Amino acid sequence: MTVMSGHLTTQQIEQKASSMRKDIIRMLEEAGSGHSAGPLGLSDLVATLYFGVMNYEPSNPEWDDRDYFFLSNGHCVPVQYAAMAEAGFLDKKELLTLRKFGSRLQGHPERTRLPGLENTSGPLGSGLSQAAGVAYSLQYLDNQAHRFVYCITGDGELDEGNIWEAAMFAGKYKLSQLIVFIDRNNIQIDGNTEDVMPLEDLRGKWQSFGWHVQEIDGHNIESIMDAVGMAKAITNRPSIIITHTIPGKGVDFMEYDYRWHGMPPNHEQAKEALAELRTLRGKITHEGQKHE
Amino acid sequence: MSNYPLHKHILTSKVEVEPIRAGFGRGLKKAGELDENVVALCADLTESVQMHLFREAFPHRFIEVGIAEQNLVTVASGLARAGKIPFTASYAAFSPGRNWEQIKTTAALNDQPVKVVGGHAGLYTGPDGATHQMLEDIALMRVMPNMVVVVPGDSIEAEKATLALATNQKPSYLRLARDKTPIFSTEKSPFEIGKAYVLKPGKHVSLFGTGTMTYELLVAAKLLAKNGVNAEVVHVPTIKPLDKETILASLKKTGCGITVEEAQITGGLGGAITELAAEFLPVPIKRLGVEDRYGESGEPREVIEAFGLDGKSLATKIGQFMMQVG
Repeated sequence: MTVMSGHLTTQQIEQKASSMRKDIIRMLEEAGSGHSAGPLGLSDLVATLYFGVMNYEPSNPEWDDRDYFFLSNGHCVPVQYAAMAEAGFLDKKELLTLRKFGSRLQGHPERTRLPGLENTSGPLGSGLSQAAGVAYSLQYLDNQAHRFVYCITGDGELDEGNIWEAAMFAGKYKLSQLIVFIDRNNIQIDGNTEDVMPLEDLRGKWQSFGWHVQEIDGHNIESIMDAVGMAKAITNRPSIIITHTIPGKGVDFMEYDYRWHGMPPNHEQAKEALAELRTLRGKITHEGQKHE
Repeated sequence: MSNYPLHKHILTSKVEVEPIRAGFGRGLKKAGELDENVVALCADLTESVQMHLFREAFPHRFIEVGIAEQNLVTVASGLARAGKIPFTASYAAFSPGRNWEQIKTTAALNDQPVKVVGGHAGLYTGPDGATHQMLEDIALMRVMPNMVVVVPGDSIEAEKATLALATNQKPSYLRLARDKTPIFSTEKSPFEIGKAYVLKPGKHVSLFGTGTMTYELLVAAKLLAKNGVNAEVVHVPTIKPLDKETILASLKKTGCGITVEEAQITGGLGGAITELAAEFLPVPIKRLGVEDRYGESGEPREVIEAFGLDGKSLATKIGQFMMQVG
């Protein structure tokens, strides 16, 4: 089955995101360890990429005409596993094996264990370079202008020097098939990003490295779709999309709280989170607004 | 009898010399001719690491990443994901010296055929001094699952090794020396990843060498013969996977061994062979190389001699070892 981009409506994508959020809560509760805030915050973006943007074949993960997806901040992989289960790369039941011995769903993603993953990541800062390597190949070696490479990095991850090496590289080679999202949720393990190591002026930084920069609400499916459309239309530069997300989005008691960065919910917390997510019915439209 | 063809001029005043890295440069260009998926990436040291031959032949398949070794290997990992066979090169002090984690995660654990080529490794780097004389790379790379580690003994073997690594489909490390060193092999000499070769059969002691040190062991063996020691010289160009069979067979025959490398004696060839022997055939083995210290500036040969790694010094040390083990 080939999944072509744009085959789901905005509302359907919202429902996918909502379903993924519930799976993330269930997975993390069952695992007893892992990261909560990041995957919940990325659910709308990852759902949009998997169900509104990218071309791929779940039954043939190595399909030679696919788009590529690189998760550079590997600790957020529960959101990717959840999307892959929705897409049909794996059975939903397998999600509950996350982080367990013998599982294909390692705590941080390992390419060789689960078909459909493009990279092994966790140590931060290297996914962007790998995405750039693929984008270089498509643009300069393979003559495949119709395929794109999507990459998500964390914002705290931008502390890594490797990121800026990749930023210079992609800028130099004008890798226009490289479309990168910065998960701008303003938190990292030790606190707020601007306290730990200030990142601003982010827009100015990326512009000065030769990138086309957009800034969007990461919970608004249509904004994400529009930004991807714009990024695809830019043919002389790589694209960065500063994607503002709310860490823990969808679960009130997790939102904006950096302590949920590296913590799973216990049973009671998971129950509360799931009850809340059910009331959303897949309708997170944009930042701060939930509606029935 | 050894059936390994040795160069006709070895151990004479007419011995031919060439930098091992030159063989890599030729091999890479040939690999590029044989397979259009072979690409090359360099971190601002293109001529130093002899990638200019490839760059001239295949400019569109050569990628300059600048002085950015972390990006060097991770971009290569992406290229491998896209079906390419990327050779990355810098000085060993920087790659794998600086980007070990990136190599581990994105090439080795990720099991992508990224080729890490570490130039200017070892004491033969000479005047540049300790910062550039990489001595820890064999140990660093040998501990990585999935990684292949090759240390060619001369430029002819380096060319063959490069061609072999272009087709082995595994993440691999190739260690190269900078200065001109003697050529002991011939075009007809065998090279296969994972094989060690008996260059000179003997029965009193097994001398295991890798890289530039193998030639010094041939010199040492000749000197030892004058004192009645019949040494077996075994060239070990692949540190991982180690040729356990050949090494253990030699140790079984001689009952004792010496390892020599232009690197720290911990973790490298000496580490690999003593670990093997301790487990399967515990016999006396002495490790020679650099002993828990850094290198220093000097003319390459001067530094090698100061560290006691020239054939004559090695013969003396081996003679002492033979006296000890009786």
